[in-house]
Amino acid sequence: MSGFVDRLLGRETPSADQAKERLKLVLVHDRTDLSPGFLDQLKDDLIQTISQHIEIDPSSVRIEMAQEGRQQRLIADIPIKSIQKRRIN
Amino acid sequence: MTGKVVTITSGKGGVGKTTATANIGAALAARGQKVVCIDADIGLRNLDVVLGLENRIVYDLVDIVEGRCRIRQSLIRDKRLNELYLIPSAQTRDKSAVSPSDMVKLCDELRSDFDWIIIDSPAGIERGFRNAIAPADLVLVITNPEISAVRDADRIIGLIESEEKGPALLVINRINQELVRKGDMLTAEDVLELLAIELLGMIPEDNSVLLSTNRGVPVVLDGKSRAGQAIRNIAYRLLGDSIPMENIGEDGGFIGRITRLIRPGGD
Repeated sequence: MSGFVDRLLGRETPSADQAKERLKLVLVHDRTDLSPGFLDQLKDDLIQTISQHIEIDPSSVRIEMAQEGRQQRLIADIPIKSIQKRRIN
Repeated sequence: MTGKVVTITSGKGGVGKTTATANIGAALAARGQKVVCIDADIGLRNLDVVLGLENRIVYDLVDIVEGRCRIRQSLIRDKRLNELYLIPSAQTRDKSAVSPSDMVKLCDELRSDFDWIIIDSPAGIERGFRNAIAPADLVLVITNPEISAVRDADRIIGLIESEEKGPALLVINRINQELVRKGDMLTAEDVLELLAIELLGMIPEDNSVLLSTNRGVPVVLDGKSRAGQAIRNIAYRLLGDSIPMENIGEDGGFIGRITRLIRPGGD
């Protein structure tokens, strides 16, 4: 919220907010030993595998790490193309 | 007596482990508890100077482990607090002189004579850290609201869990309320959310810590020091006292709010 106000006023995001966001990403990768590059690779592999069975839109696939306490969770959001859309296409 | 072994560690150096060890020990001793602080940082001895006991060292941790003295001979009694003792680290010896099992054995012997055995861990994740946590019943992780200290704290928390010494408790040190208020320092809430472990206490940044260290007097004995009060609260929580946690809201906590009451133009 304060970041939004700052942007409206043309000011910079408070540095603590930047620190927190950077730390969030760093900690996920430190805890899991997975690099951002690995996640991209994993996403490509998932798209390829799933596409063999179901028609999906590769551009709408999202892979991210979520934190629950000190537990890390890999979340994949893979929207399936509906039959109607397929007919139009 | 069945003493409890508490290890204070951090990953990163310079965040306040030694000051926390000396002062938690002093605060417990001031409450009549029998306390021994052990400096486990071999080669980089410092707990002695923070406690003002550097001129009284005869034997050290390595002398005990290598059988050159009895435990009792190595204990240095504090000048002010009759119930506070120090086992100093060796300054010149090889770091591998002490093993985790040596520390377990030493602490098991100390348990019968002391209520609290407080171990000051070296920075890092090497042998010295493993020595320090091996005998621990409870591990305190101390950090600063600063990006590299939090990252290293997270790493050390993971290692404590994997050594089955968790769950560790968190102490956030050197919170600068002015910077928090300006949005230029992580809040205690931010740090807690990132590290996701239980909070034992928060210590504000306070020049009185430096002054006390210069004089070799624990800051918890200074009734006027805010940091001293915060560390006394941490020690009392260890004793089971239910002391409400200082407000850790994003407006900079209770100190921040008081600052703004005193200086309303500061916003």
